[in-house]
Amino acid sequence: MSRTVIQIIIMTLMTYVVRIIPLTLIRKPIKSRFIRSFLYYVPYVSLAVMTFPTMIYATNSIYSGILSFAVGVILTWNNASLPKTAVFCCLTVLISELLFVH
Amino acid sequence: MSEAIEQTNAFKRGVKDSIPVGLGYFAVSFALGITMKNAGLSAIQGLIISFLNNASAGEYAGVTMIAAQATYIETALMVLAANARYLLMSTAFSQKFDEKTPMIHRWIVGFVLTDELFALGVRQKGSLDPKYYYGMMAIAMPGWAVGTMLGVIFGSILPARLVSALSVALFGMFLSVIIPSARVNKAIRAVVIAGFIGSFLFTVVPGLNQLSEGVRTILLTVVIAAIAAYVSPVKEEDL
Repeated sequence: MSRTVIQIIIMTLMTYVVRIIPLTLIRKPIKSRFIRSFLYYVPYVSLAVMTFPTMIYATNSIYSGILSFAVGVILTWNNASLPKTAVFCCLTVLISELLFVH
Repeated sequence: MSEAIEQTNAFKRGVKDSIPVGLGYFAVSFALGITMKNAGLSAIQGLIISFLNNASAGEYAGVTMIAAQATYIETALMVLAANARYLLMSTAFSQKFDEKTPMIHRWIVGFVLTDELFALGVRQKGSLDPKYYYGMMAIAMPGWAVGTMLGVIFGSILPARLVSALSVALFGMFLSVIIPSARVNKAIRAVVIAGFIGSFLFTVVPGLNQLSEGVRTILLTVVIAAIAAYVSPVKEEDL
Protein backbone atom coordinates (compact mmCIF):
# COMPACT_ATOMS: atom_id res chain seq x y z
CA MET A 1 0.00 0.00 0.00
CA SER A 2 1.32 3.44 -0.85
CA ARG A 3 2.13 5.96 1.89
CA THR A 4 -0.66 8.22 0.68
CA VAL A 5 -3.26 5.47 1.00
CA ILE A 6 -2.09 4.70 4.55
CA GLN A 7 -2.25 8.42 5.41
CA ILE A 8 -5.82 8.55 4.08
CA ILE A 9 -6.80 5.55 6.21
CA ILE A 10 -5.25 7.19 9.30
CA MET A 11 -7.14 10.44 8.65
CA THR A 12 -10.42 8.56 8.27
CA LEU A 13 -9.95 6.52 11.43
CA MET A 14 -8.95 9.51 13.58
CA THR A 15 -11.94 11.50 12.32
CA TYR A 16 -14.42 8.69 12.93
CA VAL A 17 -13.08 7.84 16.40
CA VAL A 18 -13.71 11.30 17.91
CA ARG A 19 -17.19 11.44 16.41
CA ILE A 20 -18.34 8.00 17.38
CA ILE A 21 -16.97 7.42 20.89
CA PRO A 22 -19.28 9.65 22.97
CA LEU A 23 -22.24 8.99 20.67
CA THR A 24 -22.09 5.22 21.10
CA LEU A 25 -20.78 5.00 24.67
CA ILE A 26 -23.22 7.45 26.30
CA ARG A 27 -26.54 5.80 25.67
CA LYS A 28 -28.48 6.72 28.77
CA PRO A 29 -29.79 10.20 29.58
CA ILE A 30 -27.21 12.05 31.70
CA LYS A 31 -28.62 12.80 35.18
CA SER A 32 -26.39 15.63 36.38
CA ARG A 33 -28.18 18.96 35.94
CA PHE A 34 -24.84 20.74 35.52
CA ILE A 35 -23.68 18.48 32.69
CA ARG A 36 -27.09 18.60 31.03
CA SER A 37 -27.04 22.39 31.19
CA PHE A 38 -23.46 22.42 29.89
CA LEU A 39 -24.43 20.26 26.91
CA TYR A 40 -27.50 22.44 26.32
CA TYR A 41 -25.23 25.46 25.81
CA VAL A 42 -22.51 23.64 23.79
CA PRO A 43 -24.11 24.03 20.33
CA TYR A 44 -24.82 27.73 20.76
CA VAL A 45 -21.32 28.58 22.01
CA SER A 46 -19.43 26.41 19.53
CA LEU A 47 -21.41 27.71 16.54
CA ALA A 48 -21.01 31.32 17.74
CA VAL A 49 -17.25 30.83 18.10
CA MET A 50 -16.97 29.24 14.65
CA THR A 51 -19.05 31.96 12.98
CA PHE A 52 -17.41 35.12 14.29
CA PRO A 53 -14.99 36.50 13.29
CA THR A 54 -14.23 33.70 10.77
CA MET A 55 -17.22 34.73 8.62
CA ILE A 56 -15.96 38.27 8.08
CA TYR A 57 -12.56 36.98 6.95
CA ALA A 58 -14.03 34.31 4.65
CA THR A 59 -14.73 36.58 1.68
CA ASN A 60 -12.45 38.51 -0.68
CA SER A 61 -13.03 41.73 1.25
CA ILE A 62 -13.51 42.15 5.00
CA TYR A 63 -16.21 44.77 4.30
CA SER A 64 -18.40 42.41 2.33
CA GLY A 65 -17.85 39.89 5.14
CA ILE A 66 -18.94 42.34 7.84
CA LEU A 67 -21.95 43.38 5.76
CA SER A 68 -22.94 39.78 5.19
CA PHE A 69 -22.62 39.01 8.91
CA ALA A 70 -24.83 42.02 9.74
CA VAL A 71 -27.44 40.97 7.17
CA GLY A 72 -27.41 37.43 8.56
CA VAL A 73 -27.92 38.60 12.16
CA ILE A 74 -30.73 41.01 11.25
CA LEU A 75 -32.55 38.43 9.12
CA THR A 76 -32.31 35.63 11.66
CA TRP A 77 -33.27 38.00 14.52
CA ASN A 78 -36.47 38.50 12.55
CA ASN A 79 -36.86 34.72 12.15
CA ALA A 80 -35.99 34.47 8.46
CA SER A 81 -35.82 30.85 7.30
CA LEU A 82 -32.53 29.03 7.03
CA PRO A 83 -32.31 28.83 3.20
CA LYS A 84 -33.38 32.47 2.87
CA THR A 85 -30.67 33.56 5.31
CA ALA A 86 -27.97 31.56 3.54
CA VAL A 87 -28.98 32.93 0.13
CA PHE A 88 -29.16 36.55 1.30
CA CYS A 89 -25.76 36.31 3.01
CA CYS A 90 -24.25 35.09 -0.27
CA LEU A 91 -26.06 37.74 -2.33
CA THR A 92 -24.85 40.46 0.04
CA VAL A 93 -21.25 39.43 -0.59
CA LEU A 94 -21.73 39.07 -4.35
CA ILE A 95 -23.47 42.43 -4.82
CA SER A 96 -21.29 44.44 -2.45
CA GLU A 97 -18.12 43.06 -4.02
CA LEU A 98 -19.40 43.75 -7.55
CA LEU A 99 -20.11 47.34 -6.50
CA PHE A 100 -17.13 48.17 -4.34
CA VAL A 101 -14.29 45.69 -4.85
CA HIS A 102 -12.36 45.88 -8.10
CA MET B 1 -49.45 3.82 7.57
CA SER B 2 -49.42 7.22 9.24
CA GLU B 3 -46.06 6.31 10.75
CA ALA B 4 -44.72 5.51 7.28
CA ILE B 5 -45.87 8.90 6.02
CA GLU B 6 -44.22 10.58 8.97
CA GLN B 7 -40.95 8.78 8.24
CA THR B 8 -40.97 9.81 4.58
CA ASN B 9 -41.68 13.35 5.67
CA ALA B 10 -38.76 13.33 8.08
CA PHE B 11 -36.47 12.20 5.24
CA LYS B 12 -37.90 14.83 2.90
CA ARG B 13 -37.57 17.53 5.55
CA GLY B 14 -33.95 16.55 5.97
CA VAL B 15 -33.39 16.84 2.22
CA LYS B 16 -35.05 20.25 2.10
CA ASP B 17 -33.31 21.70 5.17
CA SER B 18 -29.89 20.60 3.99
CA ILE B 19 -29.96 22.11 0.48
CA PRO B 20 -28.14 25.29 1.66
CA VAL B 21 -25.67 22.98 3.40
CA GLY B 22 -25.09 21.04 0.19
CA LEU B 23 -24.46 24.28 -1.74
CA GLY B 24 -22.16 25.65 0.95
CA TYR B 25 -20.31 22.32 1.09
CA PHE B 26 -19.88 22.39 -2.65
CA ALA B 27 -18.16 25.78 -2.46
CA VAL B 28 -15.98 24.94 0.54
CA SER B 29 -14.99 21.50 -0.74
CA PHE B 30 -14.18 22.98 -4.13
CA ALA B 31 -11.58 25.16 -2.40
CA LEU B 32 -10.38 22.11 -0.48
CA GLY B 33 -9.98 20.27 -3.78
CA ILE B 34 -7.62 22.98 -4.99
CA THR B 35 -5.49 22.44 -1.86
CA MET B 36 -5.49 18.70 -2.54
CA LYS B 37 -4.39 19.20 -6.11
CA ASN B 38 -1.49 21.33 -4.87
CA ALA B 39 -0.63 18.54 -2.41
CA GLY B 40 -0.29 16.16 -5.34
CA LEU B 41 -3.48 14.17 -4.78
CA SER B 42 -5.62 12.85 -7.63
CA ALA B 43 -9.31 13.64 -8.19
CA ILE B 44 -10.26 10.11 -7.14
CA GLN B 45 -8.18 10.37 -3.95
CA GLY B 46 -9.89 13.72 -3.22
CA LEU B 47 -13.31 12.13 -3.75
CA ILE B 48 -12.48 9.22 -1.47
CA ILE B 49 -10.98 11.39 1.29
CA SER B 50 -14.04 13.65 1.34
CA PHE B 51 -16.51 10.76 1.15
CA LEU B 52 -14.83 9.04 4.09
CA ASN B 53 -13.99 12.06 6.26
CA ASN B 54 -16.70 14.69 5.78
CA ALA B 55 -14.60 17.20 7.70
CA SER B 56 -13.24 20.51 6.43
CA ALA B 57 -10.59 21.39 9.02
CA GLY B 58 -9.71 17.76 9.62
CA GLU B 59 -9.21 17.04 5.92
CA TYR B 60 -7.26 20.23 5.45
CA ALA B 61 -4.97 19.26 8.34
CA GLY B 62 -4.49 15.75 6.96
CA VAL B 63 -3.80 16.92 3.41
CA THR B 64 -1.27 19.45 4.69
CA MET B 65 0.49 16.59 6.49
CA ILE B 66 0.48 14.42 3.35
CA ALA B 67 1.97 17.31 1.36
CA ALA B 68 4.65 17.78 4.02
CA GLN B 69 5.61 14.07 3.91
CA ALA B 70 4.74 13.86 7.60
CA THR B 71 5.00 10.69 9.67
CA TYR B 72 1.85 8.65 10.37
CA ILE B 73 1.89 9.73 14.02
CA GLU B 74 2.07 13.40 13.04
CA THR B 75 -0.89 13.01 10.69
CA ALA B 76 -2.90 11.20 13.36
CA LEU B 77 -2.24 13.91 15.97
CA MET B 78 -2.97 16.82 13.61
CA VAL B 79 -6.25 15.30 12.45
CA LEU B 80 -7.18 14.53 16.04
CA ALA B 81 -6.52 18.14 17.10
CA ALA B 82 -8.50 19.55 14.16
CA ASN B 83 -11.47 17.31 14.96
CA ALA B 84 -11.44 17.30 18.77
CA ARG B 85 -14.46 19.61 18.97
CA TYR B 86 -16.55 16.71 17.68
CA LEU B 87 -16.03 15.01 21.05
CA LEU B 88 -18.20 17.75 22.54
CA MET B 89 -20.77 17.68 19.76
CA SER B 90 -20.92 13.90 19.84
CA THR B 91 -21.55 14.01 23.60
CA ALA B 92 -24.32 16.57 23.15
CA PHE B 93 -25.79 14.50 20.31
CA SER B 94 -25.73 11.31 22.41
CA GLN B 95 -28.50 12.92 24.47
CA LYS B 96 -30.52 13.78 21.37
CA PHE B 97 -31.14 10.09 20.57
CA ASP B 98 -34.05 8.21 22.02
CA GLU B 99 -32.72 5.39 24.24
CA LYS B 100 -34.73 2.90 22.18
CA THR B 101 -33.27 3.93 18.81
CA PRO B 102 -31.17 0.99 17.56
CA MET B 103 -27.40 1.42 17.90
CA ILE B 104 -26.79 1.13 14.16
CA HIS B 105 -28.26 4.63 13.69
CA ARG B 106 -25.68 6.10 16.08
CA TRP B 107 -22.89 4.46 14.10
CA ILE B 108 -24.18 5.87 10.80
CA VAL B 109 -25.03 9.36 12.09
CA GLY B 110 -21.64 9.55 13.82
CA PHE B 111 -19.93 8.91 10.50
CA VAL B 112 -21.26 12.22 9.16
CA LEU B 113 -21.41 14.28 12.36
CA THR B 114 -20.41 17.60 10.79
CA ASP B 115 -20.78 21.07 12.31
CA GLU B 116 -23.60 21.93 9.93
CA LEU B 117 -25.64 18.74 10.22
CA PHE B 118 -25.12 18.84 13.98
CA ALA B 119 -26.51 22.38 13.97
CA LEU B 120 -29.61 21.29 12.05
CA GLY B 121 -29.99 18.13 14.11
CA VAL B 122 -30.02 19.84 17.51
CA ARG B 123 -32.57 22.31 16.18
CA GLN B 124 -35.13 19.50 15.91
CA LYS B 125 -37.79 19.36 18.62
CA GLY B 126 -37.55 16.30 20.87
CA SER B 127 -35.35 13.35 20.06
CA LEU B 128 -33.66 13.01 16.69
CA ASP B 129 -35.36 11.00 13.97
CA PRO B 130 -32.51 9.20 12.15
CA LYS B 131 -34.54 9.43 8.90
CA TYR B 132 -34.28 13.21 9.09
CA TYR B 133 -30.52 12.87 9.40
CA TYR B 134 -30.35 10.47 6.46
CA GLY B 135 -32.27 12.98 4.33
CA MET B 136 -29.59 15.56 5.14
CA MET B 137 -26.79 13.10 4.41
CA ALA B 138 -28.32 12.37 0.98
CA ILE B 139 -27.72 16.01 -0.01
CA ALA B 140 -24.71 17.00 2.05
CA MET B 141 -22.43 14.03 1.34
CA PRO B 142 -22.52 14.19 -2.49
CA GLY B 143 -22.20 17.99 -2.31
CA TRP B 144 -19.04 17.61 -0.25
CA ALA B 145 -17.42 14.68 -2.05
CA VAL B 146 -18.25 15.71 -5.63
CA GLY B 147 -17.31 19.33 -4.86
CA THR B 148 -13.88 18.17 -3.69
CA MET B 149 -13.34 16.08 -6.79
CA LEU B 150 -14.37 18.90 -9.12
CA GLY B 151 -12.12 21.25 -7.14
CA VAL B 152 -9.14 19.00 -7.91
CA ILE B 153 -10.08 18.85 -11.59
CA PHE B 154 -11.31 22.37 -12.35
CA GLY B 155 -9.64 24.29 -9.49
CA SER B 156 -9.07 27.53 -11.27
CA ILE B 157 -12.17 27.91 -13.46
CA LEU B 158 -14.91 28.97 -11.00
CA PRO B 159 -14.96 32.80 -10.80
CA ALA B 160 -13.35 34.12 -7.62
CA ARG B 161 -16.39 36.33 -6.92
CA LEU B 162 -18.66 33.32 -6.87
CA VAL B 163 -16.36 31.36 -4.54
CA SER B 164 -16.19 34.40 -2.26
CA ALA B 165 -19.98 34.75 -2.13
CA LEU B 166 -20.61 31.04 -1.55
CA SER B 167 -18.08 30.93 1.25
CA VAL B 168 -20.51 32.63 3.67
CA ALA B 169 -23.42 30.23 3.06
CA LEU B 170 -22.51 27.93 5.93
CA PHE B 171 -22.08 30.83 8.35
CA GLY B 172 -25.48 32.22 7.39
CA MET B 173 -26.81 28.83 8.35
CA PHE B 174 -25.06 28.85 11.71
CA LEU B 175 -26.62 32.25 12.43
CA SER B 176 -30.07 30.93 11.67
CA VAL B 177 -29.54 28.24 14.30
CA ILE B 178 -28.24 30.44 17.12
CA ILE B 179 -29.83 33.90 16.69
CA PRO B 180 -33.57 33.04 16.92
CA SER B 181 -32.90 31.19 20.21
CA ALA B 182 -30.70 34.07 21.41
CA ARG B 183 -33.57 36.43 20.82
CA VAL B 184 -36.01 34.63 23.09
CA ASN B 185 -33.61 33.25 25.73
CA LYS B 186 -31.40 35.60 27.75
CA ALA B 187 -28.87 32.95 28.79
CA ILE B 188 -28.40 31.80 25.18
CA ARG B 189 -28.03 35.43 24.10
CA ALA B 190 -25.30 35.86 26.72
CA VAL B 191 -23.36 32.75 25.62
CA VAL B 192 -23.62 33.70 21.94
CA ILE B 193 -22.30 37.23 22.60
CA ALA B 194 -19.58 35.82 24.87
CA GLY B 195 -18.67 33.38 22.07
CA PHE B 196 -18.41 36.19 19.49
CA ILE B 197 -16.30 38.40 21.77
CA GLY B 198 -14.11 35.58 23.05
CA SER B 199 -13.46 34.29 19.55
CA PHE B 200 -12.64 37.79 18.33
CA LEU B 201 -10.14 38.26 21.19
CA PHE B 202 -8.50 34.95 20.25
CA THR B 203 -7.81 36.30 16.77
CA VAL B 204 -6.33 39.66 17.85
CA VAL B 205 -4.55 39.14 21.19
CA PRO B 206 -0.88 38.25 20.58
CA GLY B 207 -0.13 34.74 21.79
CA LEU B 208 -3.77 33.66 21.78
CA ASN B 209 -3.91 34.24 18.03
CA GLN B 210 -1.23 31.58 17.55
CA LEU B 211 -3.71 28.88 18.58
CA SER B 212 -5.46 26.94 15.81
CA GLU B 213 -9.15 27.46 15.18
CA GLY B 214 -9.88 23.97 16.50
CA VAL B 215 -8.18 24.64 19.84
CA ARG B 216 -9.90 28.03 20.07
CA THR B 217 -13.31 26.46 19.51
CA ILE B 218 -12.78 23.83 22.18
CA LEU B 219 -11.35 26.16 24.84
CA LEU B 220 -14.03 28.80 24.46
CA THR B 221 -16.86 26.29 24.21
CA VAL B 222 -15.84 24.45 27.37
CA VAL B 223 -15.23 27.62 29.40
CA ILE B 224 -18.30 29.59 28.31
CA ALA B 225 -20.73 26.64 28.41
CA ALA B 226 -19.45 25.63 31.86
CA ILE B 227 -19.86 29.16 33.25
CA ALA B 228 -23.35 29.37 31.75
CA ALA B 229 -24.32 25.97 33.18
CA TYR B 230 -23.12 27.12 36.62
CA VAL B 231 -24.67 30.60 36.57
CA SER B 232 -27.85 29.72 34.73
CA PRO B 233 -28.64 25.99 35.03
CA VAL B 234 -31.39 25.00 32.63
CA LYS B 235 -34.82 24.12 34.00
CA GLU B 236 -35.77 20.47 33.61
CA GLU B 237 -38.64 21.20 31.22
CA ASP B 238 -36.29 23.05 28.83
CA LEU B 239 -33.80 20.17 28.53
